[in-house]
Amino acid sequence: MHRDHIGLDQAPARHTYTPPSARALRIGLGGPVGSGKTATVAALCRALRTELSLAVVTNDIYTTEDAEFLLRNAVLPPERITAVETGCCPHTAIRDDISANLEAVEDLEASLGPLDLILVESGGDNLTATFSRGLVDHQIFVIDVSGGDKIPRKGGPGVSASDLLVVNKTDLAPLVGADLTVMARDARHQRGDLPTVFTSLAAPGGVAPVADWVRARLDAWRRR
Amino acid sequence: MPDRTPAPGGATAVLLLLADGRFPAGGHAHSGGAEAAVRAGRIRDQDDLAAFLTGRLHTTGLTAAALAAAATAAATDPDPDRLDDLDRAADARTPSPALRATSRRLGRQLLRAARAAWPHPALDRLADRHPRGAHHPVVLGTTAHAAGLTPAQAASLAAYESVNGPATACVRLLGLDPYRVAAVLARLAPELDAVTAEAVRAAEQGDLPAASAPLLDILAEQHSTWKVRLFAS
Ligand SMILES: Nc1nc2c(ncn2[C@@H]2O[C@H](COP(=O)(O)OP(=O)(O)OP(=O)(O)O)[C@@H](O)[C@H]2O)c(=O)[nH]1
Ligand SMILES: [Mg+2]
Repeated sequence: MHRDHIGLDQAPARHTYTPPSARALRIGLGGPVGSGKTATVAALCRALRTELSLAVVTNDIYTTEDAEFLLRNAVLPPERITAVETGCCPHTAIRDDISANLEAVEDLEASLGPLDLILVESGGDNLTATFSRGLVDHQIFVIDVSGGDKIPRKGGPGVSASDLLVVNKTDLAPLVGADLTVMARDARHQRGDLPTVFTSLAAPGGVAPVADWVRARLDAWRRR
Repeated sequence: MPDRTPAPGGATAVLLLLADGRFPAGGHAHSGGAEAAVRAGRIRDQDDLAAFLTGRLHTTGLTAAALAAAATAAATDPDPDRLDDLDRAADARTPSPALRATSRRLGRQLLRAARAAWPHPALDRLADRHPRGAHHPVVLGTTAHAAGLTPAQAASLAAYESVNGPATACVRLLGLDPYRVAAVLARLAPELDAVTAEAVRAAEQGDLPAASAPLLDILAEQHSTWKVRLFAS
């Protein structure tokens, strides 16, 4: 066959066509339905938009509700927010077939010029959904206390292997009888040295621990 | 003696790889009109599905298959004009603006996967000339050439994709028994081969079919305006 002369070493390892030198840091946010992913994205935008050039990609399962929430709350100008349609399977679009998301990310960079950071919110899914390394550089997994304090113990790839675990809605912990020390202990057990932060986005400045972690990743990205 | 030689250069395995629904080319988010047909009450069970798929195969399936076969042949030409002509021919055969956009989007997504899997100047040229995406059958045919497949294999892939995507979508949308849906697809296999042969003949004669399904066009236009939907098309 005429393709025989091409070895794997000659094939392009890349499949994303934004020059790596220039491109923005890409951070994915995943986690179960309603845990606070969009609230975290909105709070991050508010916290970081004066210091960074930002854009957001949302993955809604069957509406564009998340993108509309971000638009309504004017956390970013509309041209900086893109909604991707995922066709019943939110985890497929961030893990197995990332083409639509890569396209959205590249189009944002092409139309807005150099960006510092692109946040990709996954559609709410289950504890097994994680991002492909081909789509994002780091991933944040957002869970909340309202399902009780057992989620970190249950583990799964999001809980045990994400680059940052966010346990959100700590303000609700007393109401649902969730013990945060138990959650912290189980998270440490599942995650080893990987960081976990506890947030309440109901309180002003509640996103600070996540924003600080993002700033540190961005510093490392710029120094690479 | 039966001929046990596999197709040269692993082309059979390449064909299987390209036809696999897990090949990352964006198709999983699309229902091929099935979501709109389900909502309109036109597909309720596997019999309706079989009729829907048969109609789709003989209309857009045939047209896409012929375009794909023609594109495989055209991709051998270093002059990109022939592929550009086919892209325009695809436009002319796709009256619904929503379906044109979908076809170009899927073309762009397939091109990304194809360039990673089978790097080839013809694919790079297509990307340069159609940064927003060439029509899906044109990209499919070019991919087939880059991967060492024949026009007939490209046509067969296009015909197969014209029914496989909507069938899977109906399993998700209606909770149809997946074994029965697999049986529907199995029964369609001879027709898939017949449509493929017809498409290859037409492409060889330079007489591209323009079979279309007006109802699919209308449903696609309606679907594109929905606020709440599970599939992108
Ligand atoms: N009390 C409390 N409510 C919160 C907190 N964070 C988010 N919420 C609320 O929880 C609900 C769901 O939040 P979203 O940010 O939409 O959750 P999501 O993870 O994006 O949800 P999906 O995208 O639908 O999976 C909203 O009503 C938020 O206002 C928090 O820290 N405390
Ligand atoms: Mg959300």
